[in-house]
Amino acid sequence: MMWKWLHPYANPEISYHFAGKILPWCTAFAALFLTIGLTWALLFAPADYQQGDTFRIFYLHVPAAMLSMGIYLGMAIAALSSLVWQLKLADASAAAMAPIGATFTFIALVTGSAWGKPMWGTWWIWDARLTSELILLFLYLGVMALHNAFEDKSLAGKAAGILALVGVINLPIIKYSVEWWNTLHQGATVSKIGQPSMTADMFWPFLVCFIGFSFLVTALICLRFRSEILTRNSMRPWVRSLVAEEEKADAI
Amino acid sequence: MTQLSYRAAFALIVKRDLMIAFRHRDDIINPLLFFIIVVTLFPLGVGPESTMLSRIAPGIIWVAALLSTLLSLDRLFKSDHADGSLEQMLLSPHPVFILVLAKIVAHWLLTGLPLIIIAPLLAVLLHLHESSYNALMLTLLLGTPILSLLGAIGVALTVGIKKGGVLLSLLVLPLYIPVLIFATSAIDTAAMNLPYDGQLAIIAAIFFASLTLAPFAVSAALKVSTN
Amino acid sequence: MSNINYENEAATLSKNKLLSAKSLTCIREDRLLFEALNIDVSPGDIVQIEGPNGAGKTSLLRILAGLSQPYEGSVYFQAENISEQREAFHQNLLYLGHLPGVKDEMTAQENLEFNLALHGLNKATAESTLAEVSLLGFEDTLASHLSAGQHRRIALARLWQSQAKVWILDEPFTAIDKLGVEKLEQLFLHHANNGGCVILTTHQELSLPAERVKKVTLAYRFY
Repeated sequence: MMWKWLHPYANPEISYHFAGKILPWCTAFAALFLTIGLTWALLFAPADYQQGDTFRIFYLHVPAAMLSMGIYLGMAIAALSSLVWQLKLADASAAAMAPIGATFTFIALVTGSAWGKPMWGTWWIWDARLTSELILLFLYLGVMALHNAFEDKSLAGKAAGILALVGVINLPIIKYSVEWWNTLHQGATVSKIGQPSMTADMFWPFLVCFIGFSFLVTALICLRFRSEILTRNSMRPWVRSLVAEEEKADAI
Repeated sequence: MTQLSYRAAFALIVKRDLMIAFRHRDDIINPLLFFIIVVTLFPLGVGPESTMLSRIAPGIIWVAALLSTLLSLDRLFKSDHADGSLEQMLLSPHPVFILVLAKIVAHWLLTGLPLIIIAPLLAVLLHLHESSYNALMLTLLLGTPILSLLGAIGVALTVGIKKGGVLLSLLVLPLYIPVLIFATSAIDTAAMNLPYDGQLAIIAAIFFASLTLAPFAVSAALKVSTN
Repeated sequence: MSNINYENEAATLSKNKLLSAKSLTCIREDRLLFEALNIDVSPGDIVQIEGPNGAGKTSLLRILAGLSQPYEGSVYFQAENISEQREAFHQNLLYLGHLPGVKDEMTAQENLEFNLALHGLNKATAESTLAEVSLLGFEDTLASHLSAGQHRRIALARLWQSQAKVWILDEPFTAIDKLGVEKLEQLFLHHANNGGCVILTTHQELSLPAERVKKVTLAYRFY
């Protein structure tokens, strides 16, 4: 079995502690990279010669947009491993990812429209990328709503997983169709969000920001993953002893 | 024990679903009336000017078709789930794929087909461009089965949930977007007397992809819902 | 996961057991219903699952029928995992749950004919089978005009034609009169004597000879 190495992580208790161990590291790296990256990007990187300082929102918008797609993909992969290899914890990780992905999609939408305001003179324009982001947000909200609608959390995970897989197959088709639709109605749009060719002094701060956001996402997923494990195993002895210890610590 | 062939099992279920629907005709007529009423609302909302109506007609007809399909989706599995016949079907010795496909085909015959038949009439009301009629019929013919196939996934996922109705639309409508885009664009292109084979080919591709993949997703979803 | 060697376990399963469940664990809505449950059912067995409401009797039957998946553990039909031979297992399975699976829009006879045909049985026998469950005279009545007990009898009628070895019945006697219960019990005995098995839950005491009925008791667990 090539998946045998995953076996220890299929144990909720081990995974819980493993996620707990990497959580502080991810948080620290996220803080480090984001401090450096954002300072660099917002204060020291050169302003765009056309868009001026407005352009700096790019350092927030693009990582958020990339991560919003990336998290959906991650969620679908987790759902697939849960359905095919019956990894029960994969459900929990998919459930942990959905709200974070939705948040980043929302950030990408808000920053996108804030970036568009000075360029287009309007908060919203049916730009291909913004429209796909909006539909992605709907897909995320669907997964979350379905997950919440089930009483039984393991069923909720499976159902949401199937939906995430259906969504990930549809996502490229939706993206393609929206882009195609957008070029069709090009006459109405003023101009697309200008993505100037990235020069080296823009690329490095962007990369540092992107890495920082990725660590932030990982840290958030670990955090939510741990609480998903706890809620799903609340009647298991190891969780009960964990709670007992916490209470003892609180008493002191 | 005589084993039913796949074709016989398929025919058995289609026949049963059609029989039930014909004894319960409201289920066929109501979504159709909804379709007609929604289309009627648009001229009242945006004004009767014929150039404007003919420009937005493809969008109106297709959006109304999406909504009325959505309204009829519940019938696919809901009552069978509620009275226990769904689990009996899942426990029969036939591949779930066949059962699911049979139910989807029956659903399309009862909802997609009537939409296609009534659509030209509504196109007249909306002053659809004369050269667009063929495109309208072809896109509906290829597109409405996709609506039934993708919709079935949504119903299968929500069939066990008590208040699944609104949730269903949240799950299914985003998946309908590509069909909407290519279908309306094909009709628009036809209005300009330009070839629209490209759009049709893409809708056909989506149709075949959902025909092969959707039944698997539906089977998996039903397994979760009847759990 | 403690039961990783399913394949090896299956190898040690005896072929002459019709249905075996190995170390089943079931969790519903965060409550552990049962844990590491083993059941072996041989040809000729009549197994009654007992336990208070909420102990997981229905969940157990649904897992045995393959409708639900257990949290851990597996079910084997003739020593092979049921998930790997779905169609062969379903040919040999007759499951009746709480819901009779009767459509209001169809007549009693149409309902039975569909049920028989779906499971590959001769639907020409439908009319005579309805007589067995005292529904003669109701063949052409729409099920919406029939009572809950009559619905259940339409569903049960399949038992008389069934060639499945494994019968899994959830509360088969609900809304059935005394005479009907007796008739069913005789049918179960006949089925078991012919190499089949019956797994059922019921709130009433079976009037079958005690040595013929095996009992599996589930306890209510509060956590």
